[in-house]
Amino acid sequence: MGKTIAQKIFDAHRVDKPSGDINVIKLDAVFCHEITTPIAINDLKARGKNRVFDKVKIKAVIDHVTPSKDSKTAEQARIMREWARELDIKDFFDIGENGVCHALFPEKGYVRPGYTIIMGDSHTCTHGAFGAFAAGVGTTDLEVGILKGVCAFKSPETIKIELTGKPARGVFAKDIILHVVSILGVNGATDHVIEFTGPVISSLSMEERMTLCNMAIEAGGTSGICPPDSTTVDYLWPFISGEFPDKEAALAEYVKWTSDSDAAYSKVIKVDISDLEPVSTYGYKPDLVKKVSELEKTPLDQIYIGSCTNGRIEDLRAAAQVLKGRKLSPTVRGILAPATPGVYKAALNEGLIEIFMEAGFCVTNPTCGACLGMSNGVLAEGEVCASTTNRNFNGRMGKGGMVHLMSPATAAASGIAGFITDPRPYLAEGEA
Amino acid sequence: MKNFNGKVLFLDRSDINTDEIIPAKYLTEITKEALKPYLLEDLKMEGFAPDRDLKGVSVIVSRENFGCGSSREHAPWALEVNEINLVIAENFARIFRQNMFNCGMMAVPLSKERIDEAFSLFAGKETTVTTDFANSVFKFEGDGKSLEIPFEISDFDRSLVEAGGWVDYADRNY
Repeated sequence: MGKTIAQKIFDAHRVDKPSGDINVIKLDAVFCHEITTPIAINDLKARGKNRVFDKVKIKAVIDHVTPSKDSKTAEQARIMREWARELDIKDFFDIGENGVCHALFPEKGYVRPGYTIIMGDSHTCTHGAFGAFAAGVGTTDLEVGILKGVCAFKSPETIKIELTGKPARGVFAKDIILHVVSILGVNGATDHVIEFTGPVISSLSMEERMTLCNMAIEAGGTSGICPPDSTTVDYLWPFISGEFPDKEAALAEYVKWTSDSDAAYSKVIKVDISDLEPVSTYGYKPDLVKKVSELEKTPLDQIYIGSCTNGRIEDLRAAAQVLKGRKLSPTVRGILAPATPGVYKAALNEGLIEIFMEAGFCVTNPTCGACLGMSNGVLAEGEVCASTTNRNFNGRMGKGGMVHLMSPATAAASGIAGFITDPRPYLAEGEA
Repeated sequence: MKNFNGKVLFLDRSDINTDEIIPAKYLTEITKEALKPYLLEDLKMEGFAPDRDLKGVSVIVSRENFGCGSSREHAPWALEVNEINLVIAENFARIFRQNMFNCGMMAVPLSKERIDEAFSLFAGKETTVTTDFANSVFKFEGDGKSLEIPFEISDFDRSLVEAGGWVDYADRNY
């Protein structure tokens, strides 16, 4: 019997099987941010174990509320900052260099095929786009990861999502993943890895693969995962060119993190995306998804473009295509949060920031902020937001607010209209 | 070991997420105790009033996919500082379930039939659960009735509960 990518990764990292199907695996990277790490740091100090297993494999960032908005968030940032300095964490990102963790760390080249990664953040599944096993964990797992470089997981069973067909104009990776989440349901993949395969995946950029894997957790999945290929190698090449004589050699090494043709999946779901239309969520669960045409005319107060799901340069380009030469509806507030300083700079250089500002957007610094209702765009009671983020839970972006999740192009078009609307009339023929 | 006995709160809804258990605006706290007043503040459930309904509660019984969404361990902590160390449901989101055992608390799945039975016999009535950890049995009592339900947890989860959590266990073993 062959093995899945996840099984191969576990086999290469297992250090113990304490009981039954529990595997303790060694970690190639432990990512840390200022919301879930400070309590782990304080607990390690209280236990007299203020150490790290590896100064390089631990990466840290202040991203959720930055710059700090009040004394409490300033204190969280201070704890991170002092800890990173004291323990000499090599890669720590603070004001001026910081951005949304799941966009920043891949951009820095920290994620490689075959890696095992944890972070105290549920959207860690994003990094599976590189053919890695990457899982969100709580603070205690994070604390053990920081101290010992290990984490315990059940043996990974995998659900294969085989994507075929060609996306229609106006249909983006976000539409595809919302559709997949609606098929699986919010707990359809609990305790499972979701492996995305098929011709659609081969044609997607790394950014688009990250958008897909990012929302694996919205179906309960432990990690998203995409088989590494030449697109993966091209993306990583600036970081790995010293390790391999050429790209072919890198690819030959990385494709070993591909599932065998006779690997056992707990479920295989074939999804033809040819007929898929732009979609949006409604209600308070991410698996409640409708065609945008069925939600047409839902009035909006705010549109938000950003986050670990859709705050990357391709997302800004897609939204800017729609916004170019147009203005937001006077009843709608537009907020753009480029996910990283790199994205922000690229958007400036490409003239995208100007398009957003001319359309009437407020452009904020890179931060998670509004996505989880912490800062930079919190909703008031009864307000409605079209958002490129990942969760529409009750109260997520502010108590009593309603969030509709959608692609950047759909959010931009809806911002211009003042209500949820189909982006296709706003996209010129021949464009995405 | 923590206390796994006491008054039950029945939450008749699936997919209760960690944003509802403890909203993100309270994640700026750096002590667990500070979370105490905010448990289930944003729970979307008709007729639920946290101040009234959480009084004296030690055990929660709910439906499917309890604890989905954010990885925040603040959700188990908010339960813990309110002296709720046991959640029983049809099933759990992975990270929440692991966080509970990592803290030496318990998130125990029971079949839909068993959960239905507990709801139909006891929901809306003053009910207590007594946990026989050694023999893996819950005893529900209320309204003059009683019901014993066996449960299963893995040996690993059992050892985490006995060790008081994952940090001590891992530091000893790895």
